[in-house]
Amino acid sequence: MTGQAHTGRPSKLLRNLSSKIASIPMMLTAVVIFLGGTIWTVVYSFTNSKLLPRAKFVGFDQYERLWDAPRWIVSIQNLAIYGAFTLVFSLVIGFLLAALMDQKIRFENTFRTIFLYPFALSFIVTGLVWQWILNPEFGVQSVVRSLGWTSFTFDPLYNADIVIYGVLIAGLWQGTGLVMCLLLAGLRGIDEDIWKASRVDGIPMWKTYLFIVIPMMRPVFITTLVIIASGIVKVYDLVVAQTSGGPGIASEVPAKYVYDYMFQAQNLGQGFAASTMMLVTVAIIIVPWAYLEFGGRKRV
Amino acid sequence: MKIRSMAAILAATVVLPFAAANATDLEVTHWWTSGGEAAAVAELAKAFDATGSKWVDGAIAGSGGTARPIMVSRITGGDPMAATQFNHGRQAEELVEAGLMRDLTDVATRENWKDIIKPASLLDSCTIDGKIYCAPVNIHSWQWLWLSNGAFETAGVAVPKNWDEFVAAAPALEKAGIVPLAVGGQPWQAAGAFDVLMVAIAGKDVYQKVFGDKDEEVAAGPDIARVFKAADDARRMSKGTNVQDWNQATNMVITGKAGGQIMGDWAQGEFALAGKVAGKDYTCLPGLGVTEVIATGGDAFYFPLLEDEEKSKAQEVLASTLVSPAVQVAFNLKKGSLPVRGDVDLAAANDCMKKGLEILAKGNVIQWVDQLLSADSQKQKEDLFSEFFANPSMTPEDAQKRFVDIIASAE
Repeated sequence: MTGQAHTGRPSKLLRNLSSKIASIPMMLTAVVIFLGGTIWTVVYSFTNSKLLPRAKFVGFDQYERLWDAPRWIVSIQNLAIYGAFTLVFSLVIGFLLAALMDQKIRFENTFRTIFLYPFALSFIVTGLVWQWILNPEFGVQSVVRSLGWTSFTFDPLYNADIVIYGVLIAGLWQGTGLVMCLLLAGLRGIDEDIWKASRVDGIPMWKTYLFIVIPMMRPVFITTLVIIASGIVKVYDLVVAQTSGGPGIASEVPAKYVYDYMFQAQNLGQGFAASTMMLVTVAIIIVPWAYLEFGGRKRV
Repeated sequence: MKIRSMAAILAATVVLPFAAANATDLEVTHWWTSGGEAAAVAELAKAFDATGSKWVDGAIAGSGGTARPIMVSRITGGDPMAATQFNHGRQAEELVEAGLMRDLTDVATRENWKDIIKPASLLDSCTIDGKIYCAPVNIHSWQWLWLSNGAFETAGVAVPKNWDEFVAAAPALEKAGIVPLAVGGQPWQAAGAFDVLMVAIAGKDVYQKVFGDKDEEVAAGPDIARVFKAADDARRMSKGTNVQDWNQATNMVITGKAGGQIMGDWAQGEFALAGKVAGKDYTCLPGLGVTEVIATGGDAFYFPLLEDEEKSKAQEVLASTLVSPAVQVAFNLKKGSLPVRGDVDLAAANDCMKKGLEILAKGNVIQWVDQLLSADSQKQKEDLFSEFFANPSMTPEDAQKRFVDIIASAE
């Protein structure tokens, strides 16, 4: 036994040597590009870099300016609203659709295709389509008015108070189909016997879903959550295509602030500070969660 | 420093393979993609091809805001084009300071640009530390109010001759279901309209003090308060525009759905395309009819530093081609802009262009905001005014306070 442990040690490092060598490029990419790039960005966010990076440090100046900028505050609020609603609605609607699909309905393939189709469109196309649909002169408002309800008003994209919900509608339309598919796959992974057992025990269907099936689908939900959450943080192209941040600055988002200040305003320092804040926000949410999820117990 | 030497090595690896190809192919990037603009660029290409080199067109669609980041990242990333358009002013300032741009002083002194380029401020904007880094090609001015004669006829009021008459006529236009002032949703339109109001209402000196000297006290003072009052009027008059792009807003004026628009002289191309005649179908008021000045903003070509000897020589040829009299006439007639030299004859110009030339000849010129403020301050200003024009609950006083902050932090 001891001899085996003795010889087992070096072999652990050298085991699967070829696959380890093969993964070196990817590891290098991860460390140098992602980690290195992140650190570099954080460091330079403390400088007054304009068009070109300059190592002239100015402390927290960029951050002070950032949190004084009304546009940044609006961006953060919008991201919070968009994020919270996207998370809740795409999970709820996606799960409902998946549960309905799972009732052994006819033409399931057809429905699944229809619901998943929007996901095949890019955010740019989605944004443009919904820009037209929500345009008061051509879209929903004019259709309803032409049916006779002439006082009907529905122009979310031209009303600063609710414009972010107009963006939200488009985002949900595009993304819910994917959530549905992921959750449907999860539902299909649940053993038939569980359903039979719960039926024997006389548990109503909704209770089975809520208390048995959903807890069993935990891994699928986590995957879905990560996909939705990363989509929320990086939302940019949808806003650019649909409203370009307007009216005024009412539908700005952090990612757009970063791009605009780095490239249009030629102020790298400010853009870096904003992107660092985005990273910090994500870290604040992810780290405690990851700690709770993976930290406590070791899993194989 | 390290980054720059790295960039140089990267540049070398990229440039070398191309050196083997025909050395006098010059790639020129610009964002002139609309019909009239493309025709104007074709004139430049034709003239340059006639010198024995070849113009390789690198048009980038989607206006300056989209194109500039691409150009800048190509230059800083070590894959420079042979020449590129910028608005003359401070957009390329840091590229020049980082030593990435070619010094054109030799060509400029040989061809005596100092004397032929009028107004002199154009060349000043190309000059950094006494060296000349760009070749101006045209003058575009923002200070125009375009009015739809048809809209005023419908409303039953006379076509206004200045801004105050226009504000007074607004209620009549509204009653006739016409939006008095079209302001598109893109941020630069609101910011530009404000700058025009400023020079028209507060005058040249105040304008120069605020944007040129970054004088906070003047920016907080009563003159600018009056400008914000006018901007408040403009905001009220622009309610219901509901379009994004500037040419859609111009189209509202063309079709008589809007009374007027504050927009640069590039709007003229849209009127011409729609077959409208200046003076009959539409009226143009330089300086809003209050202060007749035009700003000498516009476009210029910058030449990134290249390793290749022959290409560098061709760059000089291109620079001198761009400012030559024949090219200036052919290009600017197609573009609807004013030439950068006073010694050429634009007999074919229309009424509005002639008004512009006259003001230019009188020397009533100012430097445009692009030449005075950095891109950073410009962006902050755009954020402020796009919010101001979209949000009626923001008071002119609050907006002025934020404006003062921007001026105070400007470099």
